[in-house]
Amino acid sequence: MTLLIGSITIGLILAMLALGIFISFRIFDFPDITAEGSFTFGAAISAALIIAGVNPLLATAVSFIGGAAAGMLTGILHTRFRINSLLSGILVMTALYSVNLHVMGRSNLPLLSETTLFTWFEKLAARFSGEGKMAMVLGWEVPAKDLWILLFCLIIIILVGLLLWWFFRTRLGTAMRATGDNDQMIRALGVNTKTMIVAGVALSNGFIAVAGSLLAQFQGFADVQMGIGMLVWGLASVIIGEALISERSLGLVITGAVIGSVLFRLLVAIALRWGMNPNDLKLITALFVLLALVLPGFMKNTKKIRLTTR
Amino acid sequence: MLQVNNISKVFNPGTVNEVTALQEVSLTVEEGNFVCVLGTNGSGKSTLLNAVAGSFPLDSGQIFLDGRNITKWPEHRRAALIGRVFQNPFSGTAPGMSIQENLALATRRGKSRGLAWGLPKSLVEAFKERVTPLQMSLEERLGNPIGKLSGGQRQALTLLMASWLKPKLLLLDEHTAALDPKTGAKVIELTEEVVRRDNLTTLMVTHSMQQAVNLGNRVIMMHRGRIAYDFGEDDKKRLKVSDLLSLFDELRRKDQIDNTVAELVAANYI
Repeated sequence: MTLLIGSITIGLILAMLALGIFISFRIFDFPDITAEGSFTFGAAISAALIIAGVNPLLATAVSFIGGAAAGMLTGILHTRFRINSLLSGILVMTALYSVNLHVMGRSNLPLLSETTLFTWFEKLAARFSGEGKMAMVLGWEVPAKDLWILLFCLIIIILVGLLLWWFFRTRLGTAMRATGDNDQMIRALGVNTKTMIVAGVALSNGFIAVAGSLLAQFQGFADVQMGIGMLVWGLASVIIGEALISERSLGLVITGAVIGSVLFRLLVAIALRWGMNPNDLKLITALFVLLALVLPGFMKNTKKIRLTTR
Repeated sequence: MLQVNNISKVFNPGTVNEVTALQEVSLTVEEGNFVCVLGTNGSGKSTLLNAVAGSFPLDSGQIFLDGRNITKWPEHRRAALIGRVFQNPFSGTAPGMSIQENLALATRRGKSRGLAWGLPKSLVEAFKERVTPLQMSLEERLGNPIGKLSGGQRQALTLLMASWLKPKLLLLDEHTAALDPKTGAKVIELTEEVVRRDNLTTLMVTHSMQQAVNLGNRVIMMHRGRIAYDFGEDDKKRLKVSDLLSLFDELRRKDQIDNTVAELVAANYI
């Protein structure tokens, strides 16, 4: 049960990553692999700042700015210098690897003895339910503190989801969505699509960096490798969310991405519990996304064949 | 109003695909005029429109609109002055967004877009009012994605969007070419209405000589990147479809003579 609650908490933290991927992939149709670098970048920035004694909330905010700057760079490479979108992302991601090592000073920074956002949450939880108390969930005994932390993460992600939902319904946000949907049309309505793409990719990577920062604070360390495979991970969450929610309305799609992230994390936890080799995790994630991308088109084809043979 | 001075454009210069699309084209359109642009395939009529809209940089020449030199302006900046309807019905609307969101985007054409709510209630009412006369029963479906609509419906909405804020210039690029005749006629009817209501300065490219004869107060015919004929208000009143057809034939014959002469010369000298 403790494992389950931990998985849901990580799922909620990574939902922020899923929302970032949702912005670049789904709203802008921009395959942005910067994510893998900016995820670690966010973790590295906040870990280094927290160790230097900076307020953890401020450190998390700075990681958003760092991620946004990385995304902006990718966007500029793509729009101003006409570099292929995938290649722009690869360039920035590769460069970030060195930057991350410089920020952290070495490949791994432990945060266990530092004051992070989650130390605050634990203190808050202790005030609400008392130190070391246990709670009953579905007949299982779990530390009450873990449940509180889960609740805090849920509140954070709900707030972020609402913020995104609001933003993408403002005039600016609507113009951004139109940029991904039909750039010729929105240019004819006076919008600079290049600026929109740069801003959108920046926003996306800001969220992804915050996801990295929160994960580092939750698990108690930042590692230079922690971003690897995160793009596909986020994509898997978004795809699960879309499968759950066939409706295309913005609010539901955002909710879907969050639920998808939690579900995917749970699936992985269960698979690992059943004895799946952790080394196979990325392989299976990739296969899963591949299936999710190929299956819908494949099923449409078989449907067509069935219709024509009849 | 619109003044085009000696503009030229060569696509893919120095390659086998080199195309001289515009050769020193000059054109002045007075305020409130409705100009139909005719021409054979590859005559440069769409290129002229796209040059005014700013889809590509010019090789030479200048374009003035509303007293401002817009030659160096990027496309999105010109959009503040220009409303556009494209040939492809899919080009003018964002398919994944609702009808009302598409219309709402058009209400800010060329204006700043801040963090104000994109689709206030008051706008939806205004949309209903403007969409109802189209008689496409769209007023009931404003929340539906625009991608589900037919080409004709989308083209009618694009026209509404292009003219929502009165543009200094309306550019119509064969906007009925992809529609069936009946829908096309309806969109043309709507075009006339919109242009008349706001007395819009309009440049319409068309392949239909009937449209060119019926609509507007001036016809220009393009050929090989130049303006071959220009019929002003008085000439146009007497213009018939048969006249335009014979002019096309004449242009075509001239082409053939040019080619055969070139061949003769080549045979003699090479």
